[in-house]
Amino acid sequence: MGSQLCNGDDFEVPEIKIKFTKLFINGQFVDAVSGKTFETRDPRTGEVIAHVAEGDKEDVDLAVKAARQAFDHGKWPRMSGYERGRIMMKLADLIEQNTEELAILDTLDAGKLFALGKLMDIPGTVHYLRYYAGAADKIHGETLKMSKEFQGYTLKEPIGVVGHIIPWNYPSGVFFLKVSPALAAGCTMVVKPAEQSPLSALYYAHLAKEAGIPDGVLNVVTGFGPTAGAAISSHMDVDKVSFTGSTEVGRLVMEAAAKSNLKSVSLELGGKSPLIIFDDADVNMAVDLANKAIFFNKGEICAAGSRIYVQEGIYDEFMKKAAENAKKWVVGDPFDPRVHQGPQVDKEQFEKVLKYIEHGKREGATLLTGGRPCGDKGYYIEPTIFTDVKEDMLIAQDEIFGPVMSLMKFKTIEEAIERANNTRYGLASGIVTKDLNIANRVSRSIRAGSIWINCYFGFDVDCPFGGYKMSGFGKDMGLHAIDKYLQVKSVVTPIYGSPWL
Amino acid sequence: MGSQCNGDEFEVPEIKIKFTKLFINGQFVDAISGKTFETRDPRTGEVIAHIAEGDKGDVDLAVKAARQAFDHGKWPRMSGYERGRIMMKFADLIEQNIEELAILDSLDAGKLFTLNKLLDIPGTAHHLRYYAGAADKIHGETLKMSREFQGYTLKEPIGVVGHIIPWNFPSTMFSFKVCPALAAGCTMVVKPAEQSPLSALYYAHLAKEAGIPDGVLNVVAGFGPTAGAAISSHMDVDKVSFTGSAEVGRLVMEAAAKSNLKSVSLELGGKSPVIVFDDADLDMAVDLANKAIFFNKGEICAAGSRIYVQEGIYDAFVKKAVENAKKWVVGDPFDPRVHQGPQVDKQQFEKVLKYIEHGKREGATLLTGGRPCGDKGYYIEPTIFTDVKEDMLIAQDEIFGPVMSLMKFKTIEEAIERANNTRYGLAAGIVTKDLNIANRVSRSIRAGSIWINCYFGFDVDCPFGGYKMSGFGRDMGLHAIDKYLQVKSVVTPIYGSPWL
Repeated sequence: MGSQLCNGDDFEVPEIKIKFTKLFINGQFVDAVSGKTFETRDPRTGEVIAHVAEGDKEDVDLAVKAARQAFDHGKWPRMSGYERGRIMMKLADLIEQNTEELAILDTLDAGKLFALGKLMDIPGTVHYLRYYAGAADKIHGETLKMSKEFQGYTLKEPIGVVGHIIPWNYPSGVFFLKVSPALAAGCTMVVKPAEQSPLSALYYAHLAKEAGIPDGVLNVVTGFGPTAGAAISSHMDVDKVSFTGSTEVGRLVMEAAAKSNLKSVSLELGGKSPLIIFDDADVNMAVDLANKAIFFNKGEICAAGSRIYVQEGIYDEFMKKAAENAKKWVVGDPFDPRVHQGPQVDKEQFEKVLKYIEHGKREGATLLTGGRPCGDKGYYIEPTIFTDVKEDMLIAQDEIFGPVMSLMKFKTIEEAIERANNTRYGLASGIVTKDLNIANRVSRSIRAGSIWINCYFGFDVDCPFGGYKMSGFGKDMGLHAIDKYLQVKSVVTPIYGSPWL
Repeated sequence: MGSQCNGDEFEVPEIKIKFTKLFINGQFVDAISGKTFETRDPRTGEVIAHIAEGDKGDVDLAVKAARQAFDHGKWPRMSGYERGRIMMKFADLIEQNIEELAILDSLDAGKLFTLNKLLDIPGTAHHLRYYAGAADKIHGETLKMSREFQGYTLKEPIGVVGHIIPWNFPSTMFSFKVCPALAAGCTMVVKPAEQSPLSALYYAHLAKEAGIPDGVLNVVAGFGPTAGAAISSHMDVDKVSFTGSAEVGRLVMEAAAKSNLKSVSLELGGKSPVIVFDDADLDMAVDLANKAIFFNKGEICAAGSRIYVQEGIYDAFVKKAVENAKKWVVGDPFDPRVHQGPQVDKQQFEKVLKYIEHGKREGATLLTGGRPCGDKGYYIEPTIFTDVKEDMLIAQDEIFGPVMSLMKFKTIEEAIERANNTRYGLAAGIVTKDLNIANRVSRSIRAGSIWINCYFGFDVDCPFGGYKMSGFGRDMGLHAIDKYLQVKSVVTPIYGSPWL
C-alpha cells in the first residue's frame, strides 16, 4: 500500500473562477448552435466544475468557415513571418502573466499537479510558442539543381485550414505543441480540446485575441469526439488534421480523412514504452527513473515507461527498492504541493486502469505493491507494480494509461532488445547504462521514435517527438514540425544563356 | 481530322515477353492459385501475354520475404555507399536494355516507342543514379537543447514499403517510388498496374542481376482490389506509397487506417490549368498547350486540361490550336512519325468518349476531334472544346484523355480564381514574358508544381506532388527519401559541457 495523503490539509486550494465556457469562433465567445452544454468534472471528487458549450457539426462548420475566410482573405497568412512571430511572442507573455490561473484550470480539469503546472506545464507552453515564433521568419525553400536549362525552386506555403484534436493529459502542452507551429506557418485552425479538459483551451483563445491574433485564425470548439472531432476529420474544407490521442480514435480520424477530402493527417498515438536497465546502472538512480517513467502524471502519458526490464544482476535489489520507492509516492489532492500523484482524469479511465490491474492478477502476474483505489471519492489509484509478467499478458501488451508498472527480468542484451521491440507500438524507450557501446547499440536497435539514455521524458522543444509503428506518424516539436503545416510548391522556368545549371 | 491510323513503312521490332511470373524473394514464381490474367495491346485489343495473377497469399509471401530481408538481411545494414554502388549497376543494366524495356511499355500502355527510348527509360536510369548518389548523404541533426542534454536525430529506414504503381508511365512511376526507397535502405513489394505489368517484371530481373539481394525488391503483378488491397491493409507493411486515381487513393488510405495505421503518401489526379496571357508568343503558347493535354494521349496526372487564354489573343489562339491539333498524328506507337498512340485499354477509351459526349450534351462547342480513330484498338482524335463553363463536368472532372477545355479570360484576378476553382491542385502552367505576372500568378495558384513558359517541367531534383485532393507527399527531389525514413531522437544528459 502506498502511503496516501488523500485527506491531507494545511495547503491552500486557490480561489477558482471559471471565466470561459463558450465556444470561441471568429473572435467571439458564442453558445453552441444547439444551445447544449456538457459537464466537465473535477477528478478529485467527481463533481461538476462547469457547464461548457457543446460544439457539434454546425459549430465546426462555422469555425471552419471563419478559418477559411481568415486564411483565403485575412491578414494572418499574408503577414511576414516576423510579424506573426511578434504576435505569438505577445501571446507567450500574456500566458506567462496568467500562469497561476491556467495551472488551476488544468489541475481542476485533469487532476494534474498544481505545483508542476506552474513550474513546468504552463512555462513549457510559453517556451513552445516563443520557439516557433522565432522560427516563423526562417521558413526556407530551396533552389534546385536541375539537369536541363531550367531554373527551379521550392516555396514553403501554409497548407491552409488545420484541424487540431487535442487529448486531456497535457491540455496546455499539447494545445501549443500543435497550435504554435501551425501559427508560425501562417495557417488558420480549429482546435477541439478533449471533453475532459476544455477549460484552459478556452482561456488560451481569450488570450490569443488579446495578443492580436486576428479573428478566425484560432478557433476553439469544445465538444465530444464522435460529434465535433468527427466533424473536423471529415470536413471537406479542412486541409490537414493533426491528432494526438488513442490508437482506436486515430484510426477513425484517418479513415474519415480518407473518406472525405483526402486531407493529410498526422497522428501521435499510444505507446508501451520499454525502459531497459543494465547491470552497471546505479540502482538508486535507476529505480528513481523507472518510477518516474510510469507514475509521473499518474501514468497518463503516451510515452510512459510501462515495461521495465532490469538485468538479472541487479534485479532483486531493484525490485526491493522500487517497491519501497513506490510506497513513498504520495497520492492525493493535486493542489497539495507535497503530493506526487493526483487522481486519474475521469471515471472511465479510473475504471479502465483498475480493470487492467484485475487482468494482471488474473493472468498470474505477482502484485508487488499497490493495486487498489485510494480514498473514498474521486479517481485515485495507488502506484502499482507487477512482477513475473509474461510478454503475452495484456498488461505487457496493452497501453494501460495509469500508474501500473510491469517489472521484468532479462539476461542478455539481445534478449532485452528483442523483448523491447516486441510491441505494436514504438513511441519511446529508455536505456540505463554507463557503457558507451551498450548505449549506442541499444539506441540503434530499438524501433521507437525517442530514445532516452540515462534519463526519461527527455523532451525538448528542439527535439522531434513522434512514433514508429502503431504509435503513429509525423513529429511534434523540433523545427520540422512546421513542415506538417506547409505545402511544398515547385516553380520551374526555362533559362537562356545561363553560365551554368 | 488529323489521323494517320493505318500508316506503314515503319518497323515494329521483334517482341519477346521474357518475364510473366511474380518476383518474390529473388525468384520468378507462379501465383499460389496458379491463376493468370491477360495483358492486352491497346493498338488492337489483342492479348499480349498471360501474367501470374498475385492475390493476398502472394502478397503475404512477398511481405514475408521483404520483412526477413529488412529485419535480418544485408540491405539495410550496408552503408549508403554500398547500396548506391548496386543501384548504379542496376542503372547501367537498364541502359543496356533500353530497347527491350521501351518495347514493353509501348506494347502494354500504348506509349510512343521513340520517346520511351529517348526519355522514359533513360529517365529511369537517371532516377536510379540520382538516388544512388544520395544514399550515403542521409543526414540527421544534432539539436540545440534548452537544458543540459545532448540530442540528435537519426534517419532510419522505415521498413517494408508497399508501392502501388499506375499504368501511364510504368517505368517512370516504378523508378519514382523504388529508387528513394532503395536508397533509404528499405525493402519493398511493388504492385504494378494490371494494364502494364511487363516492364516491372523485367526490372525485377535486372535488379537481381545488379546484386540487389533477394527479398529486397519484390514484384507482385495483379489487380487493385486483390493484390493492391492486400498491400494497403497488410499488418506488416510499414508504409504504402500510391500513385493513381483519387477514388482508389481513398481506399488505400482507409485500408491503411483500418489495418496497422501505416503511413501513406498519395499522388492522385489533377485538372491542371494553363494560363496564357496576352503577351505570350502565340506559336509557342499553342504548342505548349497542345503538348500539355495531348502528350502521352492525355494520360498524365499533371496534364494541362484547362487552357485559359486571355481575350487579346484568344481568337488567334483558337485558330492555331485547331490547326495544330489537326496536324497531330494518331497511330501506331511504334511508328516514329506518330505523336499519339492508343489509350491504355477499353475502359479508359470508353471513359474518355463518354466525357466527350458529356461535353457536347452540356453545351460546349466541339472545335476539332471528338471521335474514335480507326477500326481497332483504342485510338481517339485530339479533341478541343470551347465555350466551356466552369461547372461543366469536362471542366471539373479529370478525363485522362486527349480532351482540351479551352476558355477565355479577361483579367489576371479572374484567371487566378478560375484556375483555383477545382478540388485538385497538382500542377499549373503560366505563359507570359512579364516578371510580375509570373511571380504573382505562381504564388497565387494552389498547386504543387508551377511551370512558367514550359509544361511538364519535371526534373529529378524537383519535388512533385499535389495540393488539395491531388494528394500529399512528394516524389522526386532529395526529400522524397524522407517518405521512406523514420526520425529517431536520441537524448542523453551531459555533465560539465562548456555550452549547450
